[in-house]
Amino acid sequence: MTRWLAVSMVFLTTGSWSDYGLARNTGLIFISNERSSTITVLDKDHRVTKTFETCARPRGMHFSHDRTEFFVGCADDSIIAVYDVATQKLLRRIRQVEEPETFDLHPNGRHLYISNEEDATATVVDVQTGEFVTEYETGEEPEGVQVTTDGKFVFVASEAANLVHVIDTEKQTVIKDILVNTRPRRFALTPDERELWVSAELAGVVNIIDTRTLEIIADVSFLPAGFRKEQVTPVDLLITRGGARAYVALGRANHVAIVDVMNRKVLDYLLVGKRAWGLALTHDESKLYVANGLSDDVSIIDTAKLRVITTVPVGLVPYGILIDDH
Amino acid sequence: MIIKGLVVAGALLLAGTPRYLWAVDEDFSFGYIQRQHDTAYVPQRGYTGLSLRDQHPPIDGAKVALQESRAMQRALKFTFSLVTKQLEETEDVVSAIEALASQGTRVLLLDLPIADVKQAATALADRDLLLFNIRHRANALRDRDCSPVLFHTIPSDAMLVDGLSQYLFKKRWTDVLILEGETEADKALSAAFQASARKFRINVVGTRAFVLSNDPRARDQTNIPLLTGDARYDIVFLADSFGEFGRYVPYRTYRARPVVGSEGLVASSWHWTWERHGAPQLNQRFYRIAKRHMTGTDWAAWAAVKSVIEAVVRTQSQDIVTVRRYLTSDAFTLDTYKGAPGSFRKWNRQLRQAVLLHTHNAVVASAPIEGFLHQANNLDTLGRDRPESACRID
Repeated sequence: MTRWLAVSMVFLTTGSWSDYGLARNTGLIFISNERSSTITVLDKDHRVTKTFETCARPRGMHFSHDRTEFFVGCADDSIIAVYDVATQKLLRRIRQVEEPETFDLHPNGRHLYISNEEDATATVVDVQTGEFVTEYETGEEPEGVQVTTDGKFVFVASEAANLVHVIDTEKQTVIKDILVNTRPRRFALTPDERELWVSAELAGVVNIIDTRTLEIIADVSFLPAGFRKEQVTPVDLLITRGGARAYVALGRANHVAIVDVMNRKVLDYLLVGKRAWGLALTHDESKLYVANGLSDDVSIIDTAKLRVITTVPVGLVPYGILIDDH
Repeated sequence: MIIKGLVVAGALLLAGTPRYLWAVDEDFSFGYIQRQHDTAYVPQRGYTGLSLRDQHPPIDGAKVALQESRAMQRALKFTFSLVTKQLEETEDVVSAIEALASQGTRVLLLDLPIADVKQAATALADRDLLLFNIRHRANALRDRDCSPVLFHTIPSDAMLVDGLSQYLFKKRWTDVLILEGETEADKALSAAFQASARKFRINVVGTRAFVLSNDPRARDQTNIPLLTGDARYDIVFLADSFGEFGRYVPYRTYRARPVVGSEGLVASSWHWTWERHGAPQLNQRFYRIAKRHMTGTDWAAWAAVKSVIEAVVRTQSQDIVTVRRYLTSDAFTLDTYKGAPGSFRKWNRQLRQAVLLHTHNAVVASAPIEGFLHQANNLDTLGRDRPESACRID
């Protein structure tokens, strides 16, 4: 009797897992490798379970609204590839997106706002139909894209122009270009969305923008022990859901900074691999994944103990990380 | 008036944080000066009519930098423009610059022979101008001939050969045979390398002069195996600015040794195959405008315009003295697309920058090489540092 029950439970479990396209919470971690044009798949025990080829120079990644699909931007093919999360099968390609770098999805689940690195534009495509919706002129080398949760505003950072562009999605126009520090890269919003944090790679700081006045109100600067200002090149950053902590990948300084968001103070620096850029947190925020672009590996940090648990070799020049755990 | 005062006070409170103040329509113009029949751009024909190096005026670099500022112009309701001036063969450079300045063009990129650059920098040293040397690598321009109005975005010979020396030292290829040509430029380059070798403990095993000739009586100066025999060395350093002799040196040396300097592994401010720090984007932007690969002088013209735009935007000023002061202040940083942020040396107005060591189709390394450290800024391991410099503008 006991044995029969156990067997049926296994059957039920596998039954739901095999239901492709609806699977969620696979526990898988996807890493785009810019130089080898592959995606590495890790399981939750940090083992590489699979590496598969994708389009050329994959960088930014994002889940679909229902988290059953994920998008990969390939700069050298000017393609956004759409994969099934559970099977990692290629579902479709969105073509003719000029050199996509990163993107963010509008809360309507359809409009993907994409920075076109070589075109000095941000384009909007419909991820369901693959159709081009509209585009906005930006400065040279647009990179980070951030949509507000109400979908009213989109922020785009232009690396070479030192500007953050503010797009009003209803008026469909750029309403402001905010001058920031040298080489703005990525964004994070505080949970109340009052503050927009933007990393300025060559200035070695994060500028904090008040989202109501669209003015810079403060900076956070970084300097791990033994480094010089010019070696500190922050790129990716995350703010936790509760808004207590921010994590900032410091690029050439090979560290991740842990920041007290309220007091805008650096609490600690953790040594990771070479040229740390991409960051991702697990849903319970207990683990932080860091893509180390020049050591071809991913560091995994225990965020409670503030220790690096392990480092996993992946493909060449890892860039983005997605975690499917909820 | 009150509102403006409040905004300015706010800006002062947040010193160092860029503000967003401008809302007036104004123009800021850059001047680009060339001289007719400049020998640098006369195609140098080799013996069989081969054109060894086609030199292009680096104005395309300036155009790319201006195009990159389009979004900034929109944001600031401000325009940046480019005025070109071609000097007649006998026209005086100083009065031409004064004429441009009187029409409001006070930032000038000098794509001129070195004698013109020296003359302008000396005669106009106390004027409210900003002149850029985008072409000449001669150490003397940054040293005994330096001028407070003359900024250099092209690296000096000393910076370039120091980059090579650091690499040779790191590889432990420390015994070097120098081959040097007859021209002033060749001798200057050879002297720069010898100074660099002393600085980085590289052992020069011999310096041999070559001549471009088929004279059988001068065989010991024309025959490459003979020139490179009878010595033990790891590397041949070649100083040949013309290139007709030098292009035959690799693979013809007596010993199986690599060639660096004017052939083989070359040090430059830029190379079209550089792929780090956003370089592919800059290379592609340049190619779209110029339909050719970006060179070191193109990069220097680009860096000059970018530096001034950065200073104008951050200081919110068109006043040349303010802009000039900002350029040499600690607040100024330039994204060089070569890693470490660029800044100007206060004592001689040279742009600090990394140096790329490249072959014809690959960047082998970028200097400063890891491990070469400096007490203030590692980029100052390249070129003459303040204590060694004869220039004391600061």
